[in-house]
Amino acid sequence: MRISIEWLNELLPVNEAPKQLADRLTMAGLEVDAVEPAAPPFSGVVVAEIISCEPHPDADKLQVCQVDTGSETVQIVCGAPNARVGLKAPLAVVGGELPGNFRIKKAKLRGVESFGMLCSARELGLAEDASGLMELPGSAPVGEDLRAYLQLSDSVVDVDLTPNRGDCLGMVGIAREVSALTGELFEFQAPPTVAAVHQDKLPIALEAPPACPRYVGRIIRGVNARAETPLWMRERLRRAGVRSLGPVVDATNYVMLELGQPMHAFDLARIRGGIRVRQAVAGETLELLNGETVTLDEETLVIADHEAPVAMAGIMGGEQSAVTDATTDILLESAFFSPLAISGKARRYGLHTDSSHRFERGVDPQIQALAAERATRLILEIAGGDPGPLIEAAEAGELPASRTVTLRQERIRQLLGIDIEPAEVRGILERLGLGVQGEQSPWTITVPPYRFDITLEVDLIEELARVHGYDRIPVRHPATPVTVRPYTEASVPLDRVRQALVQRGYQEAVTYSFVEPRLQELLDPDHVPVPLANPLSADMAVMRTSLWPGLIKAMQHNRNRQVHRIRLFETGLRFRGSDLSRLEQRPMLAAAITGEALPEQWGVSGRPADFFDLKGDLEACLRLSGNASAFGFVADRHPALHPGQTARIDVNGQPVGWIGSLHPALYEALELDAPVLLFELALDAVQEAVIPGFSPLSRYPSIRRDLAVVVDQRVSHAQVKACVRQAAGELLKDLVLFDVYAGKGISESARSLGIGLILQDFSRTLNDSETEELINRVIERLRQDLGAQLRGE
Amino acid sequence: MTTQHAAELQALVQEAQAQVEQAGELPALDQVRVTYLGKKGRLTEQLKALGKLPAEERPLAGQAINEAKQKVQGLIEARRGALERARLEAQLAGEQVDVTLPGRGHDVGGLHPVTRTLERIETLFASMGFTVATGPEIEDDYHNFEALNIPAHHPARAMHDTFYFDAHHLLRTHTSPVQIRVMEQGGAPVRIIAPGRVYRCDSDVTHTPMFHQVEGLLVDEGISFADLKGALHDFIREFFEKDLDVRFRPSYFPFTEPSAEVDVQCVQCGGSGCRVCSGTGWLEVLGSGMVHPKVFEYCGIDSERYTGYAFGMGVERFAMLRYGVDDLRIFFENDLRFLRQFR
Repeated sequence: MRISIEWLNELLPVNEAPKQLADRLTMAGLEVDAVEPAAPPFSGVVVAEIISCEPHPDADKLQVCQVDTGSETVQIVCGAPNARVGLKAPLAVVGGELPGNFRIKKAKLRGVESFGMLCSARELGLAEDASGLMELPGSAPVGEDLRAYLQLSDSVVDVDLTPNRGDCLGMVGIAREVSALTGELFEFQAPPTVAAVHQDKLPIALEAPPACPRYVGRIIRGVNARAETPLWMRERLRRAGVRSLGPVVDATNYVMLELGQPMHAFDLARIRGGIRVRQAVAGETLELLNGETVTLDEETLVIADHEAPVAMAGIMGGEQSAVTDATTDILLESAFFSPLAISGKARRYGLHTDSSHRFERGVDPQIQALAAERATRLILEIAGGDPGPLIEAAEAGELPASRTVTLRQERIRQLLGIDIEPAEVRGILERLGLGVQGEQSPWTITVPPYRFDITLEVDLIEELARVHGYDRIPVRHPATPVTVRPYTEASVPLDRVRQALVQRGYQEAVTYSFVEPRLQELLDPDHVPVPLANPLSADMAVMRTSLWPGLIKAMQHNRNRQVHRIRLFETGLRFRGSDLSRLEQRPMLAAAITGEALPEQWGVSGRPADFFDLKGDLEACLRLSGNASAFGFVADRHPALHPGQTARIDVNGQPVGWIGSLHPALYEALELDAPVLLFELALDAVQEAVIPGFSPLSRYPSIRRDLAVVVDQRVSHAQVKACVRQAAGELLKDLVLFDVYAGKGISESARSLGIGLILQDFSRTLNDSETEELINRVIERLRQDLGAQLRGE
Repeated sequence: MTTQHAAELQALVQEAQAQVEQAGELPALDQVRVTYLGKKGRLTEQLKALGKLPAEERPLAGQAINEAKQKVQGLIEARRGALERARLEAQLAGEQVDVTLPGRGHDVGGLHPVTRTLERIETLFASMGFTVATGPEIEDDYHNFEALNIPAHHPARAMHDTFYFDAHHLLRTHTSPVQIRVMEQGGAPVRIIAPGRVYRCDSDVTHTPMFHQVEGLLVDEGISFADLKGALHDFIREFFEKDLDVRFRPSYFPFTEPSAEVDVQCVQCGGSGCRVCSGTGWLEVLGSGMVHPKVFEYCGIDSERYTGYAFGMGVERFAMLRYGVDDLRIFFENDLRFLRQFR
C-alpha cells in the first residue's frame, strides 16, 4: 500500500515528517519498505500555454511555438504531435533541470532557436507516457511552478502490509491506524448519497450467499467514457502505483484506494438479463480483461448474466463486458465477497489483482453502498451521466457482524509482563475504532466487522502492545531451571561422529534433499524415489533415497574445478517408501572419497585411496561407540558398487549400510574419471554406544607368537580370525594382522596372512610348553577348518 | 731426586702434552694414554724404576712421577672431552633439518558453516535450558499449516511457496511443525529448540529452495513477552559476541499473538546504514511471538494456565552475518574452496 502524505493529510492532520511517520508505522507493525518523493527532482518547470504554432522551415516533424510562460513569451521548437495552440503544458525554462541532471540550455534545432523545452509526463518522471506533451487542464494558472501546481513536494510511504491487516488497504483504514498511533483525531465522513434521476434497475440474484452476501449495483446512463480523468485524480492514482485507464475505471480504482472497496464497472449493453452471483459450472470459459481465456471450475465464484459468466468475482472482470470508449451505459458493482470464497482462487489461475488481494484479506462488509455512492459521484463529475437508484441484494445472516470480545487486565499482564493503565487501554482501542464497555476490567470490546484479524482476547492484547510500543515492554533475562536433565552415555553425540571424520581430513557437505532422477537411478536403482508434485527444476525433482547422489554431484562440481583429491561427508535424512503417510525418513551418515590416499606431500610416495582407506575412516567412527566389534562387513553386491569391492555393513546381523568402490561401469555416466569410494549407513547405528566396563589388568608378562598362515583366496580374514579366537580361547588377548601376501612362493589361488597372537594369563606367567601347545592347537584348527598351511611348509 | 731426573720427567710430560694435542681422534688419544700411562707406559715404567733409586730419594721421586702422571692424565681427559664434544657437534650438524618443511600425514577437514552455526545456536540455547527436538521433513498439511492456525486458503499460505507431494503431504516450509509434534506428545511445560532443513519453492539470488531454521518454543506458567525479549536479547548478544541493539517490531504470524519481528543493529555498519542492511541500519533476523491460543487448543494445552513464546530463525542468515558471506547459494554448492574457509 502506497500512502501519499498529501492525501493522508486531507483525512487527518499529519504533523510529522514522512520519515518519522514511516518509523512510527514500522514500529506499529506496518512495515515501511521505502519513503519516496512523489516525483523525481526537477526544477525550473512552469505551467505554460502555447500561443502559436508554425511549421519548422526545415523539419517535417517539428513545430516552432510561441509559448507564454506567464512572465514572457518565448520561442520553443517542439516535436510533440499534440503541440497545438491553446494547450497548457509543462515548460522547462532555460536554466531549469529535468530528472537525471538534465540541464536546459538555449539551443538551435535545425537552425531555429529554442528557449526551453515543453515536456512529456515521462520526461518529468511522472508517468510512462511519452507519446506527447503532458496536457494540463485549461484551469492551470500559466506561470505557476509545476511542482507547486501538482503538489509534488508530497512523499509516498510504501507499506508492506502483513496479510492480517486488510483493513489498511485503503486510505481511510490508514488514517484510522495513524490516528491510533499519533492521537490525532480522525472521523470517517460517509460520502453523500446521489439522487436517482431514473428508475432503471436490473435483477440481482445471490445464488451463493456465503460467498457473496451483499451485491450493490447501480446503472448510470449516458456516461462519456472518453472524458479525461482530472489531473488531481491521475496524480493520486499514480502515487498509489495505479495506472490511469479512463474515467470510469479510474473512479472505481480511486474509491478502492480511498475506502478499500474494490469495484467493477460493466458495459450495461453487454449484460444480458440481469446479474447472478453463482459458483461457476465446471468447464465454463471466460475471457478475462488481461486477454486470457480461462476454463472455470466449480469452486470459482463468478458474476454471470443470464447467459454466461461476465467476471471472475472479486478477481478480474471479463473482456466482453468491459467498459470501452464506446460505452455509454454502465453497471457499477460494489460487492462483498467473503475472504474464504476468494482466497487461493486467484493464485489457482495464476492471477493476483488489487481486487483479489483485498477480498482475500477482508473488505469492510458495511461499505458497499457507500462506495457505490462515492464512485457514482466521481463518475458524474468526470464523465457525466444519469444515475439510477442503488440496487442492493443482501443476505444479512451471512454478512460478518460486529463481535464482542472480553478483555481482562490480568491477561494483559500474563501475556505482556506489564500493566497498561485502564485509561490507555480505552484510548488505544477507541482510536482504533473499537467500542469499549465498562470502566474496569473485564471490559467488553466491540470489534467492527472490518477488523477480520480480531476475534480473541489475545488479538486485542496485540493491538494494545503494538500501539503502546513493544519497546516499552521490559526485557526479562531467562532464569535457567535448576533441574538436572537426563544425559545418556549410551549414545555417541553427533558432533563426535562428525569430528572423527573432520580429523581424518573430511569436509562436511550439505546437499539438496531433492535430486536429479537420473543420478538417483544410477546410484540407487533398487529404490523408487518420491517425486515432488511441483519441482523447481528437473534436476531437483525427486527426494533422495540415498545421500550418494548429492555427494557425487558435489564431487563433480569440485573435479570440474581442478580439485582431484576430495573427501566429503554428509548427515541427513533419506526418504524411502511409497506410502506418503508412512515414509521412512531416516537420518544417515554418508561419505565419498576420490584421489590420493594422503594429501600431496614430500617424503611419502603417493597412492590412490582404496577401499581400506575409506574403511579405516569409517572404523574410526564406529570405534566411538565402544562397540566396533558389533559391526560386521559382509561381502555382498550393490548395483552401484564394484562387485568385488562391496561390503554390506551389519550390526548384530541387521543390515545398516553399505561401503564399497563405485562400479567402474558408472564412471562415464557420472562424468568421473577416477575411482570413487563410498559408504552410507544409518546414523542411529553409529550413535548407539556401549558404556565402558573395566576389566582388571594382568600383572604377568604377555607373550607374542607370529604365524604366517596360507589359506585359499576365498577364505576371508574374518574366518581366520574367528577360527583363531575360538581355538585359542581366553588366553588370547589380542590378534593383529601384520601382513597380507599373495604372489611368488605361494600357490596362485592362495594368500598368506601374517597374524600375531598376544597371549596372557591373568594370574601367572605362561610357560613355553603351554604356549607351544596352544599355538599347535590353533594351527591344527586352522588346518582342519580352513585348509590352512603354515607358510614354508 | 736429581735435577737430571726432574728434567727428564718434565721433558716426558712435555712430550706427552705435545702428543695429546696432536691426537685428532679418540683412538689416537687412547694410544697416547697407553704410551705414557699404560701398563708398560713410559711414566708407569718410571714408577717401576723407583726401586733402583736410593731409598731416601724414593719418596720425592715417587711424588714427582705421580704428579707427572696426574698431569698427563688430566691433559688426556681434557682432550677427550673436547674431542667428544666435537664429535657430537659434527653429528648434530649432519642431522639438521629444515624446520620450515611442512609436517606429514592427514590434513584436517571441517564442518559445513551451516553446521558450525547450528552448533553455536544449539550451545547457546542449551545453556538456557533448551533441549533439541527434531521432526520429519516430509510433513503433512495438518502439522505444517492447520495446527499452526494456518487453515486452507489462508493468505499466509501464499507467503510459503510450498513443495507438495499430494494434497496432504509437503516438504515442511518451516521448523514450526516440530512445536506441534512436541506439544502433542509431551504437553506442557516445554523448552525446546528444533533445528533442521526447511524447503520453499523459490530460487533466486536471495532464496534457495532448501535452507535451515531453528525453531524455539518455551511453554510454562508465567511466561510473558518480557521473557521472550530477554531470551532473544541474550541469545543475539552472545551469538555475535557484541552488545548490539535489538528491537522488537510488531508483525504477523498466524501461530503467534502478539507477534514480533526481531531486528538487530547492523553488524556490518553498526547502524549507520550500508549495503548489508539496505541503508536502514537494522537487520531482520528472527520471527517470534507468544504462542497463539488456537495452537495450544490444537495440542490440548490449557492456554489460560500456560503461556509460551516461540521463535524461528534462518541459520544461513546468521551464518552470513557472522562470517561475512554475501551469497546464499554458495552454501549448497559444496565448493571445497568455500568449505575449507570454515575449518
